Parts: sequence; structure tokens; C-alpha cells
Amino acid sequence: MNDSDIILKVEGLSKAFGNKPVLQDATFTQRRGTLKVLVGPSGGGKSTLLQCINYLIPPDQGRVWLDGRQINPKSRRELSAYRQEVGMIFQDFNLFDHLNALENVRIALLKVKGMAKAAATERAMAELARVGLAGKADLYPAQLSGGQKQRVSIARALAMDPKVLLLDEPTSALDPELIGEVLTVIKDLAQAGITMIMATHQISFSASLADEFLFMEKGRIVEHGSPAELLGKDCCSRTQAFCAKLSELAGDAGQ
Amino acid sequence: MPDILTAIWEALPFMLSGAWVNAVLIVGAMLVGLMLGVPLAVGQVYGCKPVRRVVQIYVWAFRGVPILVQLYLFYFGILAWASSIPWLGWAHLESPFLAAVLVLGLTSAAYQSQIFRGAILSLPAGQFKAARALGMSDATAITTIILPQALRLSIPGWSNEYSILLKDSALAFSVGVMEVMARTRAVASTTHQPLPLSILAGIIFFALTWVGVKALLALEKKVRIPGYSH
Ligand SMILES: Nc1ncnc2c1ncn2[C@@H]1O[C@H](COP(=O)(O)OP(=O)(O)O)[C@@H](O)[C@H]1O
Ligand SMILES: [Mg+2]
Repeated sequence: MNDSDIILKVEGLSKAFGNKPVLQDATFTQRRGTLKVLVGPSGGGKSTLLQCINYLIPPDQGRVWLDGRQINPKSRRELSAYRQEVGMIFQDFNLFDHLNALENVRIALLKVKGMAKAAATERAMAELARVGLAGKADLYPAQLSGGQKQRVSIARALAMDPKVLLLDEPTSALDPELIGEVLTVIKDLAQAGITMIMATHQISFSASLADEFLFMEKGRIVEHGSPAELLGKDCCSRTQAFCAKLSELAGDAGQ
Repeated sequence: MPDILTAIWEALPFMLSGAWVNAVLIVGAMLVGLMLGVPLAVGQVYGCKPVRRVVQIYVWAFRGVPILVQLYLFYFGILAWASSIPWLGWAHLESPFLAAVLVLGLTSAAYQSQIFRGAILSLPAGQFKAARALGMSDATAITTIILPQALRLSIPGWSNEYSILLKDSALAFSVGVMEVMARTRAVASTTHQPLPLSILAGIIFFALTWVGVKALLALEKKVRIPGYSH
């Protein structure tokens, strides 16, 4: 593997709340254009890991490199520049409630990147079109369905031209009938070569796109490997046991 | 009876220009309270410990000291002293009206800061997180994401603050501001008809409350976020 192929490197990330360790020694590297999937039981530390990667939660220990450059989280300017290159999608969308869809996508282009209004508007419209919401540009979050909100939040992240996209259970807050539209967008991104790390319970969907699964439990990455290795028929990984239970609970063994 | 009506009729223009004084006093105090209340609230929510402490002391002091006492302190104390400084002479600081706007405004800032603080804290934490994740500095996140939402949520509390300020504005007569109450007393002392004049004063205050509350309701409607129920 060529070193310049590596876009993100995470080494020894740890975080404790009080004296309760919730993330311990998370280490991995990610190649350009791949999808890495975080699975595991709720409370296992997936959200904490994702938010430690972009320092929304400051890790107690550990280092992060993006595109070969180590991040210095103490420098506000550097941290802002880094966060612009790492998009984040939240489980409950976190759209800015007082801004319509277009303004949500445009705001950081104006206020962070300092783009001119016309150019920012054009870019924002292009991203909305990419997620199939060009016609909803002037609707406010409260007027959108959950699936539409999540697609706007993806457009908002993409508008910043991120090198990596972090997705924290992007479909978990959605009604079942709305999950498909978001998964379709994510699949398009994967096929377009966008580098992503995604926590999800959508196992069969992500197995077809991911190059690696990380299984997290009690704050540790306890297993990792390709979907084929971990989920293969005659494999007896923890990941497989967990995923089997998930699909049993969901009542769709075929999923 | 006709004498009373005549007295009221003759006093009406004088009383109504007093209403104007109250109105300017309240709007001035609301604005001073807004300009100061917003940074106080932001300091209390996002500031480091010393900043939060200073805000707490400010709020505590201005809520704790009666307006009447503050008016005396400002008019006979602080402003009288400041106006004796030669190079401040041009500013005519020894004005009862200025003292009243300052006292009502500074007190209102203490109350308004608590309205804004409550509104900021009621916003979902994810709003700030999402702003940071996009690379926004905290200052940008506060001014472009948090405050526009928090100020909208504050309008009902603001309306309440307006009617409290309105009643407090009547205290300005104690340092000689010729507002409605001061005029009521002045006219009553010459006509010896305090009751009808007091009723008139009450009606004027009520009308001012009504206009202000309606105006704020209209503002609330105007800036309401589409699709939101509150
Ligand atoms: N701010 C916090 N304070 C204290 N404990 C927290 C906080 N955030 C998360 N935790 C705890 O950290 C653990 C891991 O949580 P999380 O990363 O959200 O797991 P997951 O996303 O895999 O469900 C959980 O036990 C959770 O209760
Ligand atoms: Mg989670």
C-alpha cells in the first residue's frame, strides 16, 4: 500500500468521561476513496470515536493525520481548516432550524470559506441537486421530512469539499420508509469515490460498499477486517454474531 | 362635574406629551438592555469561569437594588460627579432623563440577559456542534447560528419585560423626569382633582402596554420560522 494512498490515520485515540473510559486506544488508517464501517452495540463508543476524529469531543490522548499532516488541535485556525476538510453527518441531522435548505448549505461557504454570495448560492444549489432536493431549496427544516433533512445535511457537508466524511448512524432516526432515499445518496457518494467512515446498523447495505468493518464494544475496536472476512458464512466472528442478532431483531434475516 | 371634565380636557395635551416621554424612556431602556443583555447572556453561557462570575454579580446587583435607590445613586451620585469633570462638561450628564434611561436599561439588561440565557440553553446542543463541524469559530457560530434562534425565542419574554419596564418608568418622576406620573401630580396639585387625573394616567399606561405588546406580537409573527409551531 502506497503511503500517499492514505488519507486519514488515527492513532491511540482515547477518551474518558469522568473515570469511565468510553474510547480506548482507537487506531486505524484509511485509504482514499474507501468506506469504513463502524458497527457494534449501542454505547460501544462509535459516536465518541467519530467526534474525537474531528475534535468535537477533545480526546484525552491520541493523534490524527489528514493527508499526511498531523493535526494540532490547540491551534484554532488549524482546527477550523481541518474541520472544513472533514464533513460530519449526525444521526438527528442538526440542520440550522432558522435557515432554509439553501441557506443551510450555503452558510459555511459564506461565513467560513468567505465565498461571494452568488458563487456560494450556485455551489449550494448544485449540492442540493446532487442529493435530489433542488426543488426544496427554500423550505425550512421544519417543513422537510426526516429523509430530506438528512439529504440536506449531506449536501451541507459536501459543499465544503471534504476529504473525509464522517457519518454517525445517518438513518437511525428515520422512519423505515425514508431510509432508502438516504442510503441511495450514500451509495452514490461511495461510488463517486468519497472517503467515508460510517457508524450504522445497516449491515447488508454497507457490506456491499465497505472495504473494512470495525467492530466496537466497550470503547475498543475489538475486531476489524473486510466484510467478507468478518461476515463470511463459515466465520464465527463477534461481528457476525452481532449482525445476525441485529437482523433477527429487525425481522429481516435477508437484510 | 363639568369642572372635572374641563380640567381633564385642559390637561390632556400636557398628559399626552408625558406619554411620549415614557415611551422614549422605555424604548431607550429596552435597547440599552438588549445591547448589554446579549453579551451578558453569551458570557454567562459560554464564558470562562471569571466571566460567568462577573455576569452573575452584575445580574444579582441590578436585580437586588430597588430602582428608586438606583435612580438616586445615579442621578445624585454618579452622574452628578461625572458632570463635574471639566472635560465631560459638553455631555450634559446631569440629566434626570439620562439617569432614568441608564438605570432602567442597566436593570433591564440583568433581566433580559436571563431571558436570552434561557433561550440559548433551550436550543439543541447539536446546533453548536454542527456549526463547529463545518469549521465555524465559536464567535461565528454564536452570531450566525445561536443568537438568531435564541433572539426569536426571547420575544415572548421580551414582551413581559416591556410591560414591567413600562410600570417602572413611572418611578422616573422621583428624579424629576416629566413623565406621566410627574405630570399627574403637577396638574393635580393645581386643580385639586387627583382622582380623574389618576384614572387618565392609568388609561395612558394601559394604552402604552397594549401598543407595545401588540407590536412585539407582530414582530414575533414576522420573524417566525416557517413550519414551526411555537
Ligand atoms: N458527554 C458524555 N458524558 C458521559 N458519558 C458519555 C458522554 N457521551 C457518551 N457517553 C458514554 O460513552 C459511552 C459511549 O457512547 P457512544 O460513543 O455514544 O456509543 P455509541 O455511539 O456506540 O452508541 C456510553 O456509555 C455513553 O453513555
Ligand atoms: Mg452513537
